[in-house]
Amino acid sequence: MSEQIVSQKTYVMVFLGLIGLTILTTGVAFIDLGPFNTIAALAIAFSKMLLVILFFMGVRHSSGLVRIIIVAGFFWLALLIAFTMADYRTRSWTPAPDSWSTTAPPTHP
Amino acid sequence: MTDAEAHAPHAGHAHQFEGMEQQQEADFLGIWLFLVTEIMFFGGLFAAYAIYRWLYLAAFEGGSHILDVRLGAANTIVLLGSSLTMALSVRSAQIGNRRALTWFLIATMILGGIFLGVKAYEYNQKFVEHVVPGLDWAPEGDTLARLAPGGLEHGQIYFFFYFAMTGLHAIHMVIGMGLLLWLVIRARQNSFTPHYFAPVEVVGLYWHFVDIVWIFLFPLLYLIGGRY
Repeated sequence: MSEQIVSQKTYVMVFLGLIGLTILTTGVAFIDLGPFNTIAALAIAFSKMLLVILFFMGVRHSSGLVRIIIVAGFFWLALLIAFTMADYRTRSWTPAPDSWSTTAPPTHP
Repeated sequence: MTDAEAHAPHAGHAHQFEGMEQQQEADFLGIWLFLVTEIMFFGGLFAAYAIYRWLYLAAFEGGSHILDVRLGAANTIVLLGSSLTMALSVRSAQIGNRRALTWFLIATMILGGIFLGVKAYEYNQKFVEHVVPGLDWAPEGDTLARLAPGGLEHGQIYFFFYFAMTGLHAIHMVIGMGLLLWLVIRARQNSFTPHYFAPVEVVGLYWHFVDIVWIFLFPLLYLIGGRY
């Protein structure tokens, strides 16, 4: 990675691309696309992240070991969000038994 | 060997490494492991955000519409600009241009300072509009009208996320500014050569990471539910 000297032009082009995507994501927010507004916003943010990681952070030229660590980090984040959402979204599928919903604390003889 | 290299404190690799290449690989591995823990650190907030946004979408849209999109977008561009100057700092260190390195580092600090200044103005606006959860929560007029459909107490949850996420991000920025100042001082002392500039690269990776967090915070906090 350090051995690779990237031209100033490349960095400036990536920067201009990031500015373009920022304007795009702001503009899209003012158009009614229904649920696709959120999808578009996240897709654009993800593209911007890839540009920063690959070019500014130089992962294009890094070793496989570094890449595996990055991918593992994002994989764990995906697990965190996916499993937490799966829990909250499915709680209503199996309502708690009526006997659990008493407001008074259980009494023991 | 140039004069600068002879005087650099780390002209060669540290004794536990076989060579410069192995040392560099260890440097990258170390900073990336740290950044992965940072992904999970911010990840907890993003996961909590995802749940509460799903539960109280109307309140989150109302809260989001109180924020100023223009300031958020402008600040995004400022921060992306600071990432560009940071990348150019590393490049200047690679080619051994100490003058350019110092100036690009200073430019990065100035852009970071502008970002924090705008952020401080926005925080102040929240006090003016009385939408600071816990401390000053009394929305009125337009602000109240935007928050009412989703429920005021749920609007407060949105602003808790707003302050927690942007606040944690701002703390990272302040730490980054301190690291940049340290790099400027070391660059002025001639500590970096084309063979040794790992601190510049490592701080650069940290700075870009903080930029990526903002790349996600901007749409998630400012652009919920469309602004049409």
